[in-house]
Amino acid sequence: MHMAQSESVINSPTQKIIIEEKRSGLLRVDWAELWEYRGLLYTLVEREIKIRYKQTAIGVSWVLLQPLIAVLIFTAIFGQMAKMPSDGIWYPAFVLTALLPWGYFSQAITRSGASLVSSANLVTKVYFPRMLLPLSAIVSPLIDFLLSMGLLFGLLMYAGIPLTWKVITLPVFVLIAMLAAMGLSLFVSATNVKYRDVGHAIPFVVQIWMFVSPIVYPVSLVPERWKLLYGLNPMVGVIEGFRWALLGKSAPDPFMMGLSIVMVLGVLVGGIVYFRQMEREFADII
Amino acid sequence: MSEVAVQVDRLSKRYVIGARQAKYATLRDRLVSGTSRLFGRGTGSKADVTNIMWALKDVSFSVKQGEVVGIIGRNGAGKSTLLKLLSRITAPTHGRIELTGRVASLLEVGTGFHGELTGRENVYLNGTILGMKRAEITEKFDEIVAFAGVERFIDTPVKRYSSGMYLRLAFAVAAHLQPEILIVDEVLAVGDADFQKKCLGKMEGVADQGRTIFFVSHNMQAITRLCKRVIYLEDGQLRHDGSPHDVVRKYLHSGLGTMAVREWLDPVTAPSSRAARLWAVRVRNEEGQYTDQIDIRKPVGIEIEYEVLQPDRKFRGAIDVYNEEAVLLFVALEADPAWTGRIRPPGRYRSIAWIPGNYLAEGTMIVNVSLDTIEPLVYGFKVRQAVAFHVVDTTDGDSARGSYAGPLAGVVRPLLKWSNEQDLGSTQEGQSVSSAT
Repeated sequence: MHMAQSESVINSPTQKIIIEEKRSGLLRVDWAELWEYRGLLYTLVEREIKIRYKQTAIGVSWVLLQPLIAVLIFTAIFGQMAKMPSDGIWYPAFVLTALLPWGYFSQAITRSGASLVSSANLVTKVYFPRMLLPLSAIVSPLIDFLLSMGLLFGLLMYAGIPLTWKVITLPVFVLIAMLAAMGLSLFVSATNVKYRDVGHAIPFVVQIWMFVSPIVYPVSLVPERWKLLYGLNPMVGVIEGFRWALLGKSAPDPFMMGLSIVMVLGVLVGGIVYFRQMEREFADII
Repeated sequence: MSEVAVQVDRLSKRYVIGARQAKYATLRDRLVSGTSRLFGRGTGSKADVTNIMWALKDVSFSVKQGEVVGIIGRNGAGKSTLLKLLSRITAPTHGRIELTGRVASLLEVGTGFHGELTGRENVYLNGTILGMKRAEITEKFDEIVAFAGVERFIDTPVKRYSSGMYLRLAFAVAAHLQPEILIVDEVLAVGDADFQKKCLGKMEGVADQGRTIFFVSHNMQAITRLCKRVIYLEDGQLRHDGSPHDVVRKYLHSGLGTMAVREWLDPVTAPSSRAARLWAVRVRNEEGQYTDQIDIRKPVGIEIEYEVLQPDRKFRGAIDVYNEEAVLLFVALEADPAWTGRIRPPGRYRSIAWIPGNYLAEGTMIVNVSLDTIEPLVYGFKVRQAVAFHVVDTTDGDSARGSYAGPLAGVVRPLLKWSNEQDLGSTQEGQSVSSAT
């Protein structure tokens, strides 16, 4: 489906929509159309956020409670009992710095993976760029993430870890996490429409993923010969970036960082192509 | 104004029925079939061909800006598929559509409504989903709320709304859409009669503003009132395209449409045998008026007017009532004590079968009528799809749907007697009584 300005209309700039069986160019995303629908993206994100904590007693506090409890448990088990090294950083700060971007990523993947299926009523009843559904599920947990950052800053202050200029680089790492989640969720959400197996696999893949990311342990614990493979996990770069920016740890290995970024972009482009191809069938098979 | 708004060329849509059934296909199935194909024992291709269904085949038409086009046809004729293609929900298998202008489709009332959100929040949600800009909604907000008449409750979560309020708010949003091309499915089939009228009025207003509208309905009255042109689909193909009067008439004569009255004035064409001839079949309400709209709470009479031509026949009438999905709801044989087992001398007769109120479900009912006698077996006549009528629920709250206005399944809709008891088991008395007995 592509749009072009039609020249013959006098009053209003009228768009022409052409619907055909074949679409030329797989990567051809209608960016103008996506922009046109930004209001809907806003609405979908707003809906997600509003519904999430409706009819809960403590409401948004859940956003803070979840990482707080996780930090307590991880500190008790890995920090105290297992004596996990943390590159000389106070363990609660070490683990929370990683837990927040990870929490965002896992939420984004989980929610967006199910986004198309859980909005089947929209997909079969109205047209809009389908990509908005996984996209809105990538954006909405960002709000939770931002709120929980307050918790992290509080903890850093308590631990006496000063903030430096490096804080301003955080959005870059958040962006990498977003793009990684987006690329992946384009594959996951589209496949989930046809094969619901994906929905069952997500929680468990996310759990494994958590342990192949340096959350409870430092990257320095990973043997040198596995570093290349390890670096393929984009969350390694993101978490290392967070620790560098906030905890004053050594800068992430530029090679590993570069590898992460290439990986993320590759998955994103692949995801767009794949999604565009699957999209046409969504309403028929969902 | 003569500019083409919608150009449809050889539009076809194929569904693989197998794939529809295996809706929740699993990867394992895919792997298994993939493997068997790999080894050249594909169970597939031949079966695939038979499972293919063309929901729409080679449909072409062109609609000018400002035209209001009705789309009619029985269930499964391809109406919904056509709407889904026009509104870009699904993609065509072959063919091409060219749309000039902003398109909005209304295939369901309240798409995206969420019970936890307030009326206000849902207006924005639903509006943007239907393609309105947020600023546009803000501008029309008061008008929408006033149209729905829910001012007092606009900041209450819609799950606390009555079903009527919920529907009115959803309709109100939809009614304020201002696209150049509007695609409307049978959304006006629910809601109370007054509000339906209000919506039809609003749609007429929209049509007057030079907007192009596609409107699907089983309600021939609404079609003829609103549309300047009607497209009649049958088995996925365009059967007729023309003025509402002509096309609706053809549709009704196909026996699949709604027709409350069928009369045969010419004895040559009337369904008959040597023993009897059918003159008319009519659908009537309690007041004796012939109508195709029957209140769900009221009885409906199927009147068969016929002439017995041979003497010594103990004729007995019968009706078979089907719903739109062609499900046979029941067969009713004539049981009039005054005439059972009696010979009907030659002459004209009128038999009326009364179907009680609060018995049929909502929707279109199609009636077969017949006349026969068993000893000896002689057929008078048998006419399939002789008449049809719509059972409508005005949702006044005293039918079997109560105050619920959403979709309700089932082939019949009896109004049952319900009784309630309170405080079971909370007292010792119940137990002592049962142990005493």
